[in-house]
Amino acid sequence: MQTRVPQAKVERTIKPAPSRYRNEVAKYIIKRNSDCIRCGKCVELCPYGVHVDKPGYKYFAEPKLHLCVGPECEKTDHYCVAKCPKQALSLMENPMMEVMGDYRWTADMILATWKMAETGDVPPREYGYQYETGNTGGGFDKIRIKFPDKPPVKVKEDEVDTSIELNRRNDGRPKIKIDVPWYGGGMSFGSVSNVTQLSKARACVAWNTFTCTGEGGYMERMRPYDDHVITQVATGLFGIREETIQRVPIVEFKYAQGAKPGLGGHLLGDKNTIAVSKMREAILGISLFSPFPFHSVYSIEDHMKHLDWIKHINRRALLSTKVSTPTDVDMVAIGSCAAGTHIVHLDGGYGGTGAAPDIAKKNIAMPIEYAISKVHEFLEAEGVRDTVTLIASGGIRNASDVAKSIAMGADGVVVGTCELIALGCIRCAKCESGRGCPRGIATTDKELAPQMEIDWGTQRIINLYNAWRKELVQILQKLGMKSVAELRGRTDLLTHDDYSK
Amino acid sequence: MPEKYHIKTKPIPPRRPRIGKYGIVDWREDCARCHNCVKKACIYDRHRMETEYIRNLNDVDVLFFDCMGCLYCVQNCTKNLLSLSINPTYKKLGNEYWTPDIILTTWNQAETAKIPVSGAGYKGKFSGHGFDSMWTDMSEIVRPTRDGIHGREYISTAVDVGRKASFLSFSERKLTNVNPPLIDMPMPIILDMQAEEYSLPDLNPILQETAKRTGIITIVDSSLYSTVQDQEDLSHIAFHIGSDSKMPPKEIMAKTNLVQIPDSSKVLDKIKEIKKSFPDIIVSVKIPLDSKGSKRAIELASNPEIEVLHVAADLNGNEIGTKNPRFVKDIVREIHTALVDNGTRDEITLITSGGIALAEHLAKIIICGTDLVAINLPLLIALECHLCKSCKPGQHCPAKLESFDFEYGVGRMTNLVAAWHDQLIEVMGAMGMREARRLRGDVGRGMFFEQLEEETFGKLFGTRK
Repeated sequence: MQTRVPQAKVERTIKPAPSRYRNEVAKYIIKRNSDCIRCGKCVELCPYGVHVDKPGYKYFAEPKLHLCVGPECEKTDHYCVAKCPKQALSLMENPMMEVMGDYRWTADMILATWKMAETGDVPPREYGYQYETGNTGGGFDKIRIKFPDKPPVKVKEDEVDTSIELNRRNDGRPKIKIDVPWYGGGMSFGSVSNVTQLSKARACVAWNTFTCTGEGGYMERMRPYDDHVITQVATGLFGIREETIQRVPIVEFKYAQGAKPGLGGHLLGDKNTIAVSKMREAILGISLFSPFPFHSVYSIEDHMKHLDWIKHINRRALLSTKVSTPTDVDMVAIGSCAAGTHIVHLDGGYGGTGAAPDIAKKNIAMPIEYAISKVHEFLEAEGVRDTVTLIASGGIRNASDVAKSIAMGADGVVVGTCELIALGCIRCAKCESGRGCPRGIATTDKELAPQMEIDWGTQRIINLYNAWRKELVQILQKLGMKSVAELRGRTDLLTHDDYSK
Repeated sequence: MPEKYHIKTKPIPPRRPRIGKYGIVDWREDCARCHNCVKKACIYDRHRMETEYIRNLNDVDVLFFDCMGCLYCVQNCTKNLLSLSINPTYKKLGNEYWTPDIILTTWNQAETAKIPVSGAGYKGKFSGHGFDSMWTDMSEIVRPTRDGIHGREYISTAVDVGRKASFLSFSERKLTNVNPPLIDMPMPIILDMQAEEYSLPDLNPILQETAKRTGIITIVDSSLYSTVQDQEDLSHIAFHIGSDSKMPPKEIMAKTNLVQIPDSSKVLDKIKEIKKSFPDIIVSVKIPLDSKGSKRAIELASNPEIEVLHVAADLNGNEIGTKNPRFVKDIVREIHTALVDNGTRDEITLITSGGIALAEHLAKIIICGTDLVAINLPLLIALECHLCKSCKPGQHCPAKLESFDFEYGVGRMTNLVAAWHDQLIEVMGAMGMREARRLRGDVGRGMFFEQLEEETFGKLFGTRK
């Protein structure tokens, strides 16, 4: 066992982390015409600080449009457009709202996530963000939580426990508890920058949860966060060594990734930079494949053999098995359970990726919404549900999705895309092309990656987690629950817009 | 080791200016003229390219739209003057079924011959009409797979066209069967005749050359037999002999392996007539998938004279001329299942056309039960067609298809076929399937929206409204 380095502490402090761009994208635009006499009424009225009049300047500075709540303000006595003595102001919805986002991550959802990452709080209602659901017309977007008119039990905010156990086996291995029912998904160094990886890791230290290295090596800079890192074993075995397995409390076996099940991992040549090739012990500039499948695993017994190897290499580690969602995902889950895994991690077909063939993204394996209840019920019927932790991922976008997943039967979830959105991702889908992400998140390019700083990135994710936890607590309070564990499998609390009982 | 099926490709750039999805709208009246304007720092260098493009502008009808939509300039402009917008020309591409996204990805595949790859997750609807209401299944390795997992080079996309004997007969240790003729196709695609709605200049020479280079077959109207360039090698050509058309001359017919005839009350007589003179030619009967289409296909399939059926939905994959049209995948499932029930499925080859717009549709319709597909519109789109339907004399064609280089046309079509082939292999690899033949009708490799909803949400939420 190698020497452990002192573990870093990161405070769970919520403080503003405004956008790193000069112009944060806003839902509404306020235009000021030449009739403005710069009387300052608008500055005086606006409680959100949209209008900026800097002393010593001849004109108003650029307004902070992302703070504007838009038409909601019309009902108040501080609506700048109506109160302007010269009618110099006009309000309109930003035409870019039509361009931003997609069916899964709508523009409202992206903007709301940015707001959460900036403030650490649930976006106030007056902003009018429709972020609890996307626009996909199915799955989570059609499932609603049935809240009672009045909570059956009054629960105070600080009484709600959002932690979950990750080891449900009495096998002598550590009983690991995380403070929130989610942890970070695997994103390798190469697919994302070291700043992104470190920001995620530090936020997870602050929130006593985990991040995952993905399959791209284990940076030395990650070692102060070892206690909150999951390292991934996949077929390419990039950067995997005995000592990296020994560093961490959880080791994840990746059999498949939801976005490209059955296809394996793929880092395109342009993203195989000097640092990446060094880390992965590969040749610079060539595409790196982590091919599907493990040819040493053709049965549950083979899978068990792999888990046993890891268990012997690291005697304190928990084992996670990440699988995709084929039609018999329930059989896969029970098999992993029989093989001795601590965590069954289901990755649904609509999950994120750094690069995947378009034909794979939507068309292979089922969405996570179907898989969760299928597996949960099957494990219950087999009488082993309480021996494993069931984790869902692949399209978890907000706290509502977390609550719905748990109510459908998961213990917790894995998140990935939402963290990247918090760091400024706009889902332009260019993670794979050329030098990588133009926003400096999913790239190791020496010009692009430095766009982001670790402290800022850490704070954005800490803030996002805080907002999510707050929202989850509110949901549990409305349901009169003191613990998120009480919500597991409570499908009676869910309803689907397209169904009637 | 037998020679592997391989399509030779090379990048064929578009002839027309690219039509991207995004563009930047620039409100210049308040510009501060910063010396370090954000446009200069564009990561993709698009602003400089736009300036170059405008400087050398030959076609005033197409503006520069090749922005990658990263928002870098929009969010960093000192005066917040820039805004991202969707290219109006992009929005106008295609129609409700053949969406702008489909057209753009087809153009890219025709240019590069590569599998489209992108970052971020799936962005679309949860499910939808037609092919969007099904998923292909995959082989999780911790359970037995269909065929095991194979390297891509060991996956075969070959299919057979023709009738197969249902059993073998022997006499005195010798095979006494006379095996019906059979064509071995390297991939499950046939290049169909161009659709009437898109009446363009003759694309036949290009289609024929593409079929030749890709080793597949193209369907050519029999009246055009004299225009076939290589009169000696007709193995890649199947003549469509219309009801009122004459058969091409004997010496021409003798060199082909497959002909297609439309369905009619006299279809069996027509087959007999062809078979009498050319017993080695396989005859395919084309049946329009109207309200009686599936019934007719099932009925004909039970006749031992029938070797190949080509069932054709409309261009959008819908049943023809019905009020509530069924989608082609559902009709093909019905036909396939009926043939399986009748015990004749392995004796008939089923070709399906209509609504096959993407490589994923190819895999899905095979899972639903077809042996191979016939495509036409994707090939047209490969030539930068917008599907604007303005291809009539005197009207402006935005793709300028009035004339183009032969090599350009063949290259683009070949690239598209190669990209589809690679994608089929990709998805078959994920499914653990080694042969396209075995994928046919294997609905166990598919998951259907209605079924998944009923099995999971039905249990939880009751009856679907």
